Amino acid sequence: MNEKYEAVIGLEVHAQLLTDTKIFCGCSTKFGSAPNTNVCPVCLGQPGVLPVLNKKVVEYTVLMGLATNCTVNRKSIFARKHYFYPDLPKNYQISQYEEPICEYGHITIDLKDGTKKKIGITRIHMEEDAGKSIHDQDFDTLIDLNRTGTPLMEIVSEPDIRTPEEAYLYLTKLKQILTYLGICDGNMEEGSLRCDANISVRLKGETKFGTKTEVKNMNSFRNVERALAFEIERQIDLLEDGKEIIQQTLLWDADSNVAQPMRSKEEAHDYRYFPDPDLMPVVIEDKMLDEIKKQMPELPDAKKNRFIEKFALPSYDAEILTSSRELADYYEKILTVTSDYKSASNWVMTEVLKVVNEEKIDITDFPVSPENLGKLIELINNKTISGKIAKDVFTEMLKSNRDPETIVKEKNLVQITDSSEIESIVEKILSNNQKQVEEFLSGKEKVLGFLVGQIMRETKGKANPQIVNDILRDKLSSLK
Amino acid sequence: MLKLTQYRNHSEKIELIKSGKISLRKNVEEFLHEIEDKKELNAFNFVFDDVLLQADKVEEKIKKGSAGKLGGMVISIKDVLSIKSRPMTCSSKILKNYEAVYTATAVQKLLDEDAIIIGKTNCDEFAMGSSNENSAFGIVRNPHDTERVPGGSSGGSAVSVAADLCDASLGTDTGGSIRQPAAFCGVYGLKPTYGRVSRYGLTAFASSFDTIGPFAKSIEDIALIMSVISGKDPKDSTSHDIEVPAFTLNVDNVEKYRVGIPKEYLNPSSEGGLDQEIKEAIENQIDLLKENGYEIKEISLPHTEYAIATYYILTTAEASSNLSRYDGAHYGYRSDKANNLFDMYTESRTEGFGKEVKRRIMLGTYVLSAGYYDAYYRKAQKVRRLLKEDFDKAFQQVDIMLTPTTPTVAFKIGEKSADPLQMYLSDIFTTPANLAGIPGINIPVGKNSEGLPIGLQLMANHFEELKLLRFAKKLETIQ
Ligand SMILES: [Zn+2]
Repeated sequence: MNEKYEAVIGLEVHAQLLTDTKIFCGCSTKFGSAPNTNVCPVCLGQPGVLPVLNKKVVEYTVLMGLATNCTVNRKSIFARKHYFYPDLPKNYQISQYEEPICEYGHITIDLKDGTKKKIGITRIHMEEDAGKSIHDQDFDTLIDLNRTGTPLMEIVSEPDIRTPEEAYLYLTKLKQILTYLGICDGNMEEGSLRCDANISVRLKGETKFGTKTEVKNMNSFRNVERALAFEIERQIDLLEDGKEIIQQTLLWDADSNVAQPMRSKEEAHDYRYFPDPDLMPVVIEDKMLDEIKKQMPELPDAKKNRFIEKFALPSYDAEILTSSRELADYYEKILTVTSDYKSASNWVMTEVLKVVNEEKIDITDFPVSPENLGKLIELINNKTISGKIAKDVFTEMLKSNRDPETIVKEKNLVQITDSSEIESIVEKILSNNQKQVEEFLSGKEKVLGFLVGQIMRETKGKANPQIVNDILRDKLSSLK
Repeated sequence: MLKLTQYRNHSEKIELIKSGKISLRKNVEEFLHEIEDKKELNAFNFVFDDVLLQADKVEEKIKKGSAGKLGGMVISIKDVLSIKSRPMTCSSKILKNYEAVYTATAVQKLLDEDAIIIGKTNCDEFAMGSSNENSAFGIVRNPHDTERVPGGSSGGSAVSVAADLCDASLGTDTGGSIRQPAAFCGVYGLKPTYGRVSRYGLTAFASSFDTIGPFAKSIEDIALIMSVISGKDPKDSTSHDIEVPAFTLNVDNVEKYRVGIPKEYLNPSSEGGLDQEIKEAIENQIDLLKENGYEIKEISLPHTEYAIATYYILTTAEASSNLSRYDGAHYGYRSDKANNLFDMYTESRTEGFGKEVKRRIMLGTYVLSAGYYDAYYRKAQKVRRLLKEDFDKAFQQVDIMLTPTTPTVAFKIGEKSADPLQMYLSDIFTTPANLAGIPGINIPVGKNSEGLPIGLQLMANHFEELKLLRFAKKLETIQ
């Protein structure tokens, strides 16, 4: 990016809410049903139907508002947004315009250089999703209205984002909060989280905004980063060439890595918003707000700080362990068995996450229960088994999630800590390896490793390595 | 056998059926005969072919004593209300082949009380009009003079009752569409408080104005139907959770309501003013009340002159939005001229909607457009609040307001259709109740020198329909 310029980016994020039923009717929001089966007269926009607000949608949106430091408006109103499209049966979308439910919030992102940055949230509002148009070669266009009326929450940021990386971090944080709250699964590829961006560039130091463009159709976190980088470059190049930036909407094409302008006819909209007369204002009483607050889980930032303070974890560990609520829960369940916080963290970050990532499974499906992992850590700490044996036991646990103590007993893996037993094994190895002993005595210290290996092999790895080392050194030095 | 004029209200009819003096089947046959006989009135879009079957079932129930409150009442339904598996056209070409997929709450409540639904009545297209001349099914004629309009938009409903084609009708009132045709046709017609009766299944014209209400030949039947169709509906968020009274009319020990006469209504500033004969008829009623010891108060509703303008800005705005769903994509009329999406929309709507509907869609689209919203829509909302406040203040001084229902009696077919503004002024006394959301009723008070009915309008505060009905009953007894 040209150093003379800076980008000004605002994001509009649509999050599909995980309610069982649609926002204005009782139809199921289940994904993957046969086309046009999760529908009723209301979401089909039949004559004479009326919307009835799903209270869960209000609850979820208020939760998000509170989690992002918003002011929750005690009275908000629904509005109709008009445009003609076949996947929108009423030809208007019920949304919020003036007087949205949440306003004036912010979230904090952690930049790579270790500093924190606040990104303002202009507003969060509730609205209904449209259906899907399927352009088929054999037919003209097919419409599936199952998605029509699925509840959406739109989260609009202030133009506080300056780089594609910040946009990525902001989205990641939003997704983290949404999934912590359990109100959206945050899957961009499947469309349950969608992002549009408003982008302009200006010379550094300039306070006025440049002409902005809107980029849509970025269906992954990485695509958002790439599309933003592309559009920023495009705008800077235009300015450098002395050309003007046209206010327009562009569609990101992930295959060719370019953003293409939409045809102007498609974007020339006057939405003619006006308050929806079919819906009463949404009024949030103290009692309701209190009840919603009670549902508020510990949020990522608070959890991370608690992990750092209470468990004395490095910030890096805490960041990873709190990246999802489920992972953090897994970690904390280990701590019901062991109080070795750091070992637990190490096991999760290395062995557990390695398997999770390789197998592409959710932590909730991880075969080893956190309690059993805690027991394994305890077996190491009370010197029942060595760390090395523990890895083997863990591999066994991955197959069966059996109690590690049982595995250790069954496979006779209990560590040998009896000095006299180890001493006799050491003596046996030394007498069987006279040549190596000579070499050691002549100064070749490296041979020590070989001798330790022989002892461990003799004990099938069960000898306590520390005791082996101590006795071996004692014996060898007595030979000097 | 029973002649239609033999009973004055539903309870008399039930007595006659129970005592075996009449058969419900014969009664329905007679209605069907009358409909056929008076076909030129064009009151019905559809007459149901299973109506005798319905009658037989209900008659059985009546004899067993298990019939509901409306058992045997023969009711017509304005063709903007949904009845499952029955056609619903809103008298528009755009829905000419549409069949409803569910039943409106108000209609379902009638059916639950064993009413017999005889058919769907003609109306102005999408309830937009004051003369029933805007219908894809043709104009409806006034039974008192077939060269005259029956009023609108529920013209067919008013005629079906006035011409003895059924016992009662369910209509809708957005700006006078029950009261004005009731006045023109000489029957009772009640527009309930906004929120009293569920709108679920009422094809929306202007959602914050639309109400469903009854037409009947007696106050008792109006009250009976209201007791059935009123109440909170979980399917309509704007329906009000307020106790529904039994709507009993025992008027003997009813207090003497204070009656207000809004001076703006008897001396309207608008062009055309108020017909002299109507004015005299209303003044006669006022005198009668005075003689009977009623306190009559002149009151003022100072923003009345803005009612029509406010009404047309807000209702067309809402209509332009509500009617955008009729586009040829999912149901209803689709033009075969188009070969792309945009043309399908424009051609289907151009061919499917009538002139008045298109006029209102365009007006409404205009007032909601960027740059005009504040000057029209937002301003009209403010005036609507002022009009409401006018009523709030007035109802601190009086219980009932008494006005003419219409500025003229039924006018000639074609007389106003060339001049929409003149047409709109025929709702001048009825739109304020819709703007304020209060109930209003038309009471027939005789005829003019040409034999055309004159209507008196009573209005009361929110949810005071019972006051209206009791006062109307009292008025009837002192005639
Ligand atoms: Zn539905």
